[in-house]
Amino acid sequence: MRYLYYPGCSAATTGKAYEKSLLAIFRALSLSMDELEDWNCCGATSYMAIDETKAFALAARNLALAEEQGRSSGSGHEIVAPCSACFLVLTKTNQYLRDYPEVRSRIVQALDAAGLTYHGTVTVRHPLDVIVNDIGLERIEKRVTRRLKGMKVACYYGCQMVRPFKTFDHAFYPTSMDRLVKALGADPVDWPLKTRCCGGTLTGTIPEAGLRLNRLLIKDAVKRKADMILTCCPLCQFNLECYQDQIAREYQEKIHCPILYFTQLIGMAFGLGDDELGMSLLFQPPTRFLGKQKGEAAHV
Amino acid sequence: MSKSNGNRPARIGFYVCHCGHNISGTVDVAAVARYAQALPHVVVSREYKYMCSDPGQERIAQDIREHALNRIVVASCSPLLHEHTFRTAVEKGGLNPFFFQMVNIRENVSWVNESPEEATEKAMDLARAAVHRVAFHKALEPKRVPILPDVLVVGGGIAGIHAALTLANAGRKVVLVEREPTIGGHMAMFDKTFPTLDCAACILTPKMSQVKNHPNITLWTYSEVSKVEGYVGNYTITVRRKPRYISEKLCVGCMECIEACIYKEGKFPDEFNAGLSRRKPIYIPFPQATPQVVVIDPQTCIEFKTGKCKKSCLEKCDRDAIDFSQKEVVEEIRVGTVILATGYKTFDAGRLPHYGYGKYDNVYTSLEVERLVNASGPTGGELILRDGRRPKTVGIIHCVGSRDRNTNRWCSRTCCMYSLKLAHLLKEHTDAEVYNFYIDIRAAGKSYEEFYDKLLEENVHFIRGRVAEVTDWTARPSEEGKLVIRVEDTMIGVVRRIPVDMVVLAVGMEPQFDAQEVRRLFNISCSTEGFFLERHPKLAPVDTFTDGVFIAGACQGPKDIPDSVAQAGAAASQALVLIDSGSIELEPNTAYLVEEDCSGCKSCLTICPYHAISHDEARKKASINEALCKGCGTCTATCPSGAIRQNLFEDEEIYSEIRGLLTPMPAEAQGGESC
Repeated sequence: MRYLYYPGCSAATTGKAYEKSLLAIFRALSLSMDELEDWNCCGATSYMAIDETKAFALAARNLALAEEQGRSSGSGHEIVAPCSACFLVLTKTNQYLRDYPEVRSRIVQALDAAGLTYHGTVTVRHPLDVIVNDIGLERIEKRVTRRLKGMKVACYYGCQMVRPFKTFDHAFYPTSMDRLVKALGADPVDWPLKTRCCGGTLTGTIPEAGLRLNRLLIKDAVKRKADMILTCCPLCQFNLECYQDQIAREYQEKIHCPILYFTQLIGMAFGLGDDELGMSLLFQPPTRFLGKQKGEAAHV
Repeated sequence: MSKSNGNRPARIGFYVCHCGHNISGTVDVAAVARYAQALPHVVVSREYKYMCSDPGQERIAQDIREHALNRIVVASCSPLLHEHTFRTAVEKGGLNPFFFQMVNIRENVSWVNESPEEATEKAMDLARAAVHRVAFHKALEPKRVPILPDVLVVGGGIAGIHAALTLANAGRKVVLVEREPTIGGHMAMFDKTFPTLDCAACILTPKMSQVKNHPNITLWTYSEVSKVEGYVGNYTITVRRKPRYISEKLCVGCMECIEACIYKEGKFPDEFNAGLSRRKPIYIPFPQATPQVVVIDPQTCIEFKTGKCKKSCLEKCDRDAIDFSQKEVVEEIRVGTVILATGYKTFDAGRLPHYGYGKYDNVYTSLEVERLVNASGPTGGELILRDGRRPKTVGIIHCVGSRDRNTNRWCSRTCCMYSLKLAHLLKEHTDAEVYNFYIDIRAAGKSYEEFYDKLLEENVHFIRGRVAEVTDWTARPSEEGKLVIRVEDTMIGVVRRIPVDMVVLAVGMEPQFDAQEVRRLFNISCSTEGFFLERHPKLAPVDTFTDGVFIAGACQGPKDIPDSVAQAGAAASQALVLIDSGSIELEPNTAYLVEEDCSGCKSCLTICPYHAISHDEARKKASINEALCKGCGTCTATCPSGAIRQNLFEDEEIYSEIRGLLTPMPAEAQGGESC
């Protein structure tokens, strides 16, 4: 299986741990991921809200490049976008190109100006979808060298990965990450807040609203005895992890919960090293689970 | 009756219908009429607002007489709707009714085209084809076949019961086939009925025992139709009667065998109580089950699973009614008409995981609550929740699996009213605070709105908004231990959190799980959502496109009890119309043999799906039984020597129609008004 890889802006910056761990587990599974050459901004939230055409054009440029690179290099027609916002805007552009002639003509015009064409053959995939549905949980389970027994995990999907385009899981009650966690030997906690808003960019623009939302999520996960919250989007991870001190100050209470990427947890179960998985980049590392060697049982 | 016009040249009358704006809104009907006027042999060409109306029909008859027309073409709606109407008009004018051809420019043109230019052009093309075809039409006589007076009713819910009793009371013999061990259907599970609040069992069970005791009704429960052969008036039906391992003749329903079963307590989910209680492998579905005969479930019975049970049930039965060696019995019956009343299934609430069904103990489906409040239900009518508590607050969520793009788009029609009823009953049983979460209250029915008013006065709360989720996520101490319903209250424009002890999901109605198999078995159609399709949504609501097969109740679409009963009565009387006419007229579109061309090769024998062709050994020729022929055309196409022909589909008719379709427009029309 070969995939194209679209990192998006956060993979090289705030979401570096996500990229590191994602590429590490793909290597561990001997899967090829070829980074899309000359990729640009996906066109996500801010663009989409202000100027839809610009957002679509940006996304479509990536898709057009992916189509061409996939064809010429033989990397296939599937592009993996680990950030939920990228995943959503690329998926949306693909669908709108197909379903709305009016949008299509505007995008074609924009691509044309850049000397590009796009035939709509690229499929946008979230790595969680690839891992659960392409690779399959059986194969994941076989590769596990360190079963994460006794670890309680709150799986957090956020909104953009499943809504409005439920491409591979239920829109309101997704379960693929929970099933993945089980395959790694850990226990997913039943968590009704798994698709509730993380605040998105509100943490920056209207902090009191953003902090409130993050606090709800973290407190309820802790109440359900989760050892960590698992995320699948760099913005969710950033929001949940980086504002814990501020929440503690604002609300005058203790709050602490490690926030990991699902790819880091897979890597942990695969026995990969902490460095390889970018564990040191975390602000709230799951200290008591770290530093374990291959084959060694997890500390409970 | 010979109204043949011999070999006189065709004099064609052409009529194009506006159908109000249905056709004329898209098709330029005046242009079509002008165009047809210029076609060969067309003597009269007219447009009219409603061709199917009396004046429209009269126009045709009058023109035939005044202009000595001998062929008629009407361009209007689907032949399914009005072919018969126009054939009758043609006959009234003194012509054989088959000197007529209909062109469908509504369903096939105006309703499916947005461009008036393209629609008009297509209407002209089709008109031209029909004009070419009709010239070759022959005079035909419809066939009449006798009708067997017996009726098969499939499904023993309230609709099937009512249909069977209506027919039986009219003196007809009825076979009622029911899949479950008892008749009664969903209605038997209900506690009270809306809006009158009379007890469902009290009004249903007398009808159930009437079915059992009626001399004209043969009741086969635990049975399924497995094969349907024949045609209207003459169906041969195969019914598989599953073994219940109890002799229906000998068992008197004393239930001592159940008492004696080695299982001291019930262990398996009780279907009748929606799984809220447990039954034994040997059981009777409910106290008033009809017939009052015990049944053994071989999936759970120790004797069937291991062969090592001491069979205390057998010892206990002093009538020797238990028979572990009972086998399936296959029966064959001959009936003239069939009524399908196969009912519905409720929406699987597990499909909406954010409502917590199956995850939180105290989330119930409406059907479960019917049992829970019922005096003969699992708790004897006391409202005790799965966790042993009695609810102080209850939330009823409407439209679960209805009016939802993600599940079913249709309104299930009954949920608003039964939710109101359950709200009343829950309040009566527990004095709890009851909240209804609704999108719209649909109380369109006799005394329904008044019932809604009554509920408002009973201080039941109504919150307008589709519920987002049911969770155990608590945001404040008052919510601890409760289920929290989150909903946008669209009346005041805020998102609310309502903590409750019990959630009731008003699950919608869906087609039966095997509706598609039943549809194929009886050769009828389903609409897109999977309910059985009626012949016409307004004018033939219980007929199907297969003559002699009628539908009643919720198998046709979500329906409450009064509507199901009304439809069942209608289906029964439609069957009676057929039966009492004694015979039925069949479309003469049957195949016939030109004997001198038949070489007796027998290729047609095996390909006929209706077994209508046999081989006449003496003459060494094929022989077609026109009563069995359905006019499918397979033999006509297969016959290597072209000896089999088909009425209304003669080669010259079809070729001429094709030629007409492919011939470019005549010059005079092309040069005329633009269309």
